[in-house]
Amino acid sequence: MISDFTYLKPGSVKEALQMLAQHQDECKIICGGQSLLIILRQGLVTPENVIDIKGLDKLNYITYDAKGGLKMGATTTHRAIEKSKVIKEKYPVLVEMEEKLASIQVRNWGTIGGNLAHADAAGDPAPVLTAMGGSVKLGSASGERTIPLDGFYTDLFETAMNKDEMILEVQVPPRPARSATKYQKFNLLESDQGIVAVAATVTLKADGSCQSARIVLGNAAATTMRAKEAEKVLIGSKLSDAVFEKAGAAAAAECEPVADIHASEDYRRHLVRILTKRMAKAAWEQAKISG
Amino acid sequence: MERKLIRLNVNDQEYEIYINPKTLLVEAIRDHLGLTGTKRGCDTVSCGACTVILGGMAVKACSVLAVQADGMKILTAEGLEKNGKLHPIQKAFLDEGAFQCGFCTSGMLMSATAFLNETKKPTEQQIRDGIEGNICRCTGYNSIVRAIDAVAKGKYTEAKS
Repeated sequence: MISDFTYLKPGSVKEALQMLAQHQDECKIICGGQSLLIILRQGLVTPENVIDIKGLDKLNYITYDAKGGLKMGATTTHRAIEKSKVIKEKYPVLVEMEEKLASIQVRNWGTIGGNLAHADAAGDPAPVLTAMGGSVKLGSASGERTIPLDGFYTDLFETAMNKDEMILEVQVPPRPARSATKYQKFNLLESDQGIVAVAATVTLKADGSCQSARIVLGNAAATTMRAKEAEKVLIGSKLSDAVFEKAGAAAAAECEPVADIHASEDYRRHLVRILTKRMAKAAWEQAKISG
Repeated sequence: MERKLIRLNVNDQEYEIYINPKTLLVEAIRDHLGLTGTKRGCDTVSCGACTVILGGMAVKACSVLAVQADGMKILTAEGLEKNGKLHPIQKAFLDEGAFQCGFCTSGMLMSATAFLNETKKPTEQQIRDGIEGNICRCTGYNSIVRAIDAVAKGKYTEAKS
């Protein structure tokens, strides 16, 4: 049963931020609501005020330029990302991720800003965007700041956002030369959340060795987490199956999975090991043929 | 308790209703407008029984606030039939026997309709992906896929006019 709330509909971003500044602890922002309505119904959150930003079309955009990279407004739907030609061309892994995010109905109404702000460690976009070095631009009545997604998630369903801040924009830098990102989640139904998920970015030097790498795990800890030990194994190495194997073992050791109805802790570690190995290798193979 | 006036255009008919802002779209459609073709299934964005077409897109009406649909066009299963003539997708479901218990049917029809509007000449895999958000717990998927495929292949084109 959803508890009663006062419904606030700002007509502009500025007005939304003013409402947020005024209500802070006593409000929740709704955009698509595909995650929020579930926890409202479960009574996990009982806001006095709900600020509806779904209609803020000024935050509904996808732009790309070679210098600044990709910018997506917070109210951009998953479906718009999935169908975007420029994203398919420049960041195909984002389209592949979106195609398996929940169902068409959810992607039609749910938004990228809402998904990231919900801070579910099992969410799909956060690992992929973090692996690509993505950031979020936050706004409040007193200004704006941009912070990397790496570090954005502080604890279970917690973010680094202040109570008067909301996500305005998601940014992804241009893909470097000889670099690729791959993502896979393990689940029983293709559109489910991952029992665990791994995103891997590998960037190669001209001589083919690994210049930089990011391994980001989904649903393997309280938050989306970087597997930095696994990254260390990859960086500077001449990549090979033996190296990928070692990176997988490192990620399995450093993750902090929790057992639940879907999988035990041990099984999650096993999956992290396998998926890290596979995704790092897949990213490497793609990076080799990427200009 | 706050009451909000919203305007919905459902199946080409205008409605004005006063609702509590926490009212879900499926509640507005079923309980306020009395259109019970849209089914309330899992209530957790999983099953798709409550699928309606909102502003041209399939959405799960159990997970959209009715206030967010204010001023928008909504198509439900009741709106598929025109002038006493069944919509091609309804005819195809009948011909293929694409129901067992029937509870998922209205949601399936709406997902199928949105899918066919968006996708020309779909493959079988695309059809299956198109109804990924709808669960048929009788597992009658094959006949549903056949029905959508038949409409996509133009088998019911004449019936449309």
